Amino acid sequence: MSEVKFVDFVAKKNDLQDQAKPLQVVNGKGEIVNQEVFDKYSDEDLVKFMKLMVWERTLHQRSNALTRQGRLGFYAPTEGQEASEMGSQLAFKPSDFMLPAYRDIPQLIQHGLPIWKAFLWSRGHVLGNDYTDENVQALSPQIIIGAQYIETAGVALGIKKNKTEDTVAFTYTGDGGTSQGDFYEGINFAGAFQVPAVFFIQNNGYAISVPRRVQTAAVTLAQKGMAAGIPYVQVDGMDFLAVYETAKAAREYAAAGNGPVLIETLTFRFGPHTNAGDDPKRYRTPEEEQPWFDNDPLIRYRKLLTDKGLWSEDIENAYVDEVKEEIKDAVKKADEAPKQKISEFLENVFEVPTPEIAEQIKAFKAKEAK
Amino acid sequence: MATMSYIQAITDALRTQLKNDDKTLVFGEDVGKNGGVFRATDGLQAEFGEDRVFDTPLAESGIIGLSTGLALQGFRPIPEIQFFGFVFEAMDQIAGQLSRTRYRTNGTVNVPVTIRSPFGGGTHTPEMHADSLEAMVASVPGLRVVTPSNPYDAKGLLISAIKNNDPVVFLENLKLYRSMKADVPEGEYEVPLDKANVVREGTDLTIIAYSAEVNESLKVAEKLEKEGKSVEVVDLRSLAPIDFETIVKSAEKTHRVLVVQEAQRLAGVASKVVSEISERAILSLDAPIGRVSAPDTIYPFGLAEDDWLPNAEDIEAKAREILEFN
Ligand SMILES: Cc1ncc(C[n+]2csc(CCOP(=O)(O)OP(=O)(O)O)c2C)c(N)n1
Ligand SMILES: [Mg+2]
Repeated sequence: MSEVKFVDFVAKKNDLQDQAKPLQVVNGKGEIVNQEVFDKYSDEDLVKFMKLMVWERTLHQRSNALTRQGRLGFYAPTEGQEASEMGSQLAFKPSDFMLPAYRDIPQLIQHGLPIWKAFLWSRGHVLGNDYTDENVQALSPQIIIGAQYIETAGVALGIKKNKTEDTVAFTYTGDGGTSQGDFYEGINFAGAFQVPAVFFIQNNGYAISVPRRVQTAAVTLAQKGMAAGIPYVQVDGMDFLAVYETAKAAREYAAAGNGPVLIETLTFRFGPHTNAGDDPKRYRTPEEEQPWFDNDPLIRYRKLLTDKGLWSEDIENAYVDEVKEEIKDAVKKADEAPKQKISEFLENVFEVPTPEIAEQIKAFKAKEAK
Repeated sequence: MATMSYIQAITDALRTQLKNDDKTLVFGEDVGKNGGVFRATDGLQAEFGEDRVFDTPLAESGIIGLSTGLALQGFRPIPEIQFFGFVFEAMDQIAGQLSRTRYRTNGTVNVPVTIRSPFGGGTHTPEMHADSLEAMVASVPGLRVVTPSNPYDAKGLLISAIKNNDPVVFLENLKLYRSMKADVPEGEYEVPLDKANVVREGTDLTIIAYSAEVNESLKVAEKLEKEGKSVEVVDLRSLAPIDFETIVKSAEKTHRVLVVQEAQRLAGVASKVVSEISERAILSLDAPIGRVSAPDTIYPFGLAEDDWLPNAEDIEAKAREILEFN
């Protein structure tokens, strides 16, 4: 009897190798690799994009310093992820609903949250999560990895049921986040209900110390969209134009009623996981880091714009000074926030205080009056 | 004997049991190469290899489900939930699956899983990192829940938890990790899983506490002693089961009882202690039993943490009230 194979799983496993190459417009050397897309953008556009990345880098540097001085609390460094974060957020309108995680503070600020409130969030002050005055269309930054993904499906289904025109929900998670049940449930529900949602995975290589390869045998994280029946793509997350162009197309597709999209941006976290004691030297080698540092999205676009005569050190320095002033004002404003009261926390637990809570409010008010 | 911090005692217990039982496995998020975000598993992967000590994908439900599965294959898993606030992700695997396995199989299948996790406030962590959720697991039939208040108990209790054939939730106090040092014996020793500990003897009042609040209570006992008040402090150590014998005996001796927990008033460990004493010893009491706990809000925003957490001052005020009652 000959060896007839009805099904060949070894061959099937080999087939799993996804051939897709991440989308790119400008490569790591600052060279244009997709002229057609590049030509869609004016010189002013390019300067605006560059400024957004410099803004985020400056916010990062100041936040880093402020954390060290004890003037901020929790901070998850964003250095290296500027193209991925600014390029994606820019594609959305203020009326779109954003569901960020802890590393997505820069996008949240661009989406309408004042910097001083972002700083209060970092310090651990409830006013940082009060979005009423600015009417920010967002949920406060998620700490529980993946939870925002399934909530995004819900927000987007609400948008659909309300028949709100030209509006989508968008969210972010990391490479580690794609291992959570909520991740799969989120993209699956979004696909099942065909809702207007755009899901981003910022694959920065690590979940704290755990490298991307430990998370899954899947060749790309983007391909997880396939099983949910939703279109997916992997993008060079160090290339602002590639991220922006992809995010814009995804938003348009979702807003037109075609259903959700999943986008993986390939990026790298240059610094530690957070400023609370993480040391990347314990789990990354300099040999691994250096190519990524060279791949800095700012270097790439700085070179391109400088060659075109659109950018210079002087322009950059002047702009950085402007941003620093903005941040200084935000710190001052955050410092003026009133001291939080436990009695007020108690009032926020239920719409109408229960008898037990009413009793506790009374006790704390007496304590606070002293 | 060696002087160890609370967290070093935990690492030492893990090392001891990895050495003494080749069926033990240590795993979770960042526990391998990184040695845990607090370094509780520092050096263990290098010493015992990636087969025994390893990182998992980021999914708490997965980590506990994996543990049950490994236990079914004869292993003795010691998974870590990086912060106990993330336990909600794993509640079905803990309370719906793991804790029911022995019962479901007519008592024929043991699942000796020890879930380690840090909890507790006072270190200015972000949301969901400091919550006291012990009552939630302590009210699940089939689960043991223990929490040490010092390095000696940390090592001995963890070894007992690992050796025990029931699923155990082992809660480590975040604030105590590095703030406490003590002499700890080398090698294997056990602290019984279901025995409270009278950490200070007294005759006028019993304070019953667990984890970091034991140390707050001891401060109060020392202060009141200077005024001639003799305060007994009992460390529960086990939250499920509660060692009612020890606490009832102490209540019958001092006739006055105060129960302290860092968790919110509505969370049930202190309530459970109060009801045990009420049912078993109420006629020996000279004053109503008192409770010190956090208010019934969600865990507070970081900047307000110190106003929210029950501390020695709160315990002292309540202790005086009970002592003065007649
Ligand atoms: C449910 C849950 N589990 C664990 C953690 C602890 N934790 C915080 S960030 C993190 C890694 C996340 O990695 P990734 O999703 O890649 O995002 P990144 O931090 O790289 O942006 C972990 C394990 C958490 N916050 N929530
Ligand atoms: Mg990551």
